[in-house]
This record gives sequence, structure tokens and C-alpha cells, in this order.
Amino acid sequence: MTFGIEIQDLTVRYPGVTAIDSLTLKLEGGKIYGLLGRNGSGKTTLLSLIAAFRRVTEGTILVDGEAPFENERLTQQICLIRESGDLVVEGEYVKGILHRARMLRPGWDEEFAQRLLDLFEVPVNRGVTKLSRGQRSALGITVGLASRAPLTMLDESYLGMDAPSRYAFYDVLLEDYIAHPRTIILSTHLIEEVARLFEQVVIIDNGRLVAHEDTESLRMRGAAVVGPAAAVDDFTTGMTVLGEQRLGGTKSVTVYGEIGRDARAVAADWGLELSPVALQDLFVHLTKGDRA
Amino acid sequence: MFDDRSPIYHQIAEAIKNDILSGELGADEQVMSTNQYAAFYRINPATAAKGFQQLVDEGVLYKRRGIGMFVSADARDALLAQRRERFFADVVEPMVAEARVIGIPLDDVVAHLQTLKGRDQA
Repeated sequence: MTFGIEIQDLTVRYPGVTAIDSLTLKLEGGKIYGLLGRNGSGKTTLLSLIAAFRRVTEGTILVDGEAPFENERLTQQICLIRESGDLVVEGEYVKGILHRARMLRPGWDEEFAQRLLDLFEVPVNRGVTKLSRGQRSALGITVGLASRAPLTMLDESYLGMDAPSRYAFYDVLLEDYIAHPRTIILSTHLIEEVARLFEQVVIIDNGRLVAHEDTESLRMRGAAVVGPAAAVDDFTTGMTVLGEQRLGGTKSVTVYGEIGRDARAVAADWGLELSPVALQDLFVHLTKGDRA
Repeated sequence: MFDDRSPIYHQIAEAIKNDILSGELGADEQVMSTNQYAAFYRINPATAAKGFQQLVDEGVLYKRRGIGMFVSADARDALLAQRRERFFADVVEPMVAEARVIGIPLDDVVAHLQTLKGRDQA
């Protein structure tokens, strides 16, 4: 089972700031999405609303065709794991957290949960506050994956893990997604590391949707044009320029948009080099905006 | 395995073509499933599927429903013909262009090729 999401004109205002600004977004069920945005871009607010942690006040969110807030059928089946600290309740034991998840989640797979706890070496008989940061993250991941929720959202929940554990997590995530397809949204700062896991990428900035596209098409949309400054300037006139750098007579301009066959031929003719831009660089350019 | 130069599904298709050209994958041999491929290389299964679909569209692979994907009987010959056709444009011409830029006379290049040819025949 997988859940699709439809968001229409969603706005969230906090005193003095608009966290989500008339956001409209449709996510089909059954894909792995990367949700990218800078700190304060509205990612966590957005995920909290989808997970029914908060009530929608302007606009609509539909998950599997229904509004999730105070909707028991949906809330059991939507799992949002926030940053590592989220699960920590003073005095609670790992066992207690697992027990709660087992009770709440209809799709809970106990064997899989145990396998993950072993894999990430999380001690079950320990108080949660006694866990290392990495172990807390791993506990979050375990609850998130073993819940097998049709909509699973991991909000930077594995950032506390070291590189070997993160790679183990990526492997398990893929393996389990293939065996049990569901809608997965990962928000992360480690873009290059996970970009290949995403079928589609959603980029938000200042609460607004900046891009929603197949990862590969988005990646191919950015290009760095490098060559003699005058020729680069001529070539990139009228294109969406994301950034530029100059070194002596050579200039590098990062553009966003399709570069057709004819344009490529012109570039070759003028001695310009066109090279693709890594997703992370594209993200930096698309979200650098004019704020501090 | 993959770089940022072209779409990953394109790189997957190229890698499988290279395996067919080198003989590592024979005619009518079954290729890895897209899911196995995705898990092995840590990429999204939809991306892997796109690479395999491209090969089916080009006639390099064929599908057997419920079983998997296999190498077409004439895939290797067709790929060889394609590569041969592109050889001069893709390999020889850039070499000549580079030789010009760095000031190596074409006669020297030809002479070197003759030496290699001699070595080949020896």
C-alpha cells in the first residue's frame, strides 16, 4: 500500500514570518522523494502538517484522498521521524519506544526491527537519554522503517549516524522499499550521498516550491558554461543564470534550463565547454536567494 | 561507478552494452533484474528500470514476461557495427585535433600508427 499526497495553496504563518507560502504540490504514491531546502526553508513545518502533527489553517493537504488531521486511519499509516532528539523522553527506555510503535503501527515488522537494532548496535535495555547521538538516530530509523507505513517521512533523522551506518541505512532502505513499495520522503543536507536514491526531488526555499522534478532531469537541466569571458557572456544572454565566476579571461557561468542540440553545436563552435552540475551545486544555486 | 556527466540511466545502458561487447554477457543470457541492479549500485529502482527500458527500446535486450530480461541474439553484432561506425568520429578525429593543438605533425602520428601496426603483425 502506498499513499499519494496532494497539497493545494498551503500557507502557514508564524508571527512575523510566512513559513509556507501558497505551496501547491502533488506527489504520486510509491516513489522515494528527496525534500531539499535550507535551514528554515519550511521543510519540517511541511512534513509536520502532512503527518498531522499540526492542523492546516490555510489551503489543503490530502493524503490518500483525505485530510490527515485527527484522522485515525491515516495517522496510524503516516510515519514521520524527526531529528534524533525527537524520540527522547526523559526516563524512557528503548524497549518502551519499540513497544509504543508496535501498538500504534498496523504494518509493524518485529523481526525487521530486531534486525535493524542489531545492525546499528542499539542496546534495547538502555534509557534513551543514555544513547549516543548515532544510536538515537538509528533508533529513529528503526522505528521509521519497521513501521512499514504507506507514507514514511524521515526528516534529517539519520544525520547523527556516522558514514558506515548511513551507508548501511541506504542499503536497508532500498532493499526494504523494493520488497515493500511505499511512499518515502527523505529530507537531508547530505545531498550528494543520497541523490541517487531519489526518484524525484522537491526543492523548497522560503516556504515556496522551487523545483519538483525527476532527479535525473533536474540534474541535466543545470550546466556550467566555461570559456573566454566575452563568448560565455554572449552564449548565456537570455538564459537563467544561477551564478558566475571569473578567473582572468576565463569565465564560468552556471545556467538553468534545457540546452538544445543547436545551442550545443554553437558552444562547441565558440570553444565553450559545457559540463553538468552536481545536484548539490544546483541546489545551492537555486536556494541561495538574497537572505543572510 | 557513475559520474555526473550524463544521466545515470544512460550510464547503466552504456555499462551493459560494454559487458555485451566484451563478451561478459552472451547472447540470450539473462541480465540482472532492475531491482538487483538498483540494490547493488545503490540507486533508485525507477532509474535502473529506465536504463534497462532504453536497452529494450534499442533492441539490445528483450523481455520475457515474468522471467526477466535477456540479451538479444544479434545485440553484439549490432553494437559492434555502431561502434565501428562511430570510431573515426569519436576516437580518430579528436586525436587528430589534439595533435594539431599541441603541434605534433600528422606524419608523426601516421608513423607511430605504422610502428604499432608492425608490432601487431610481429
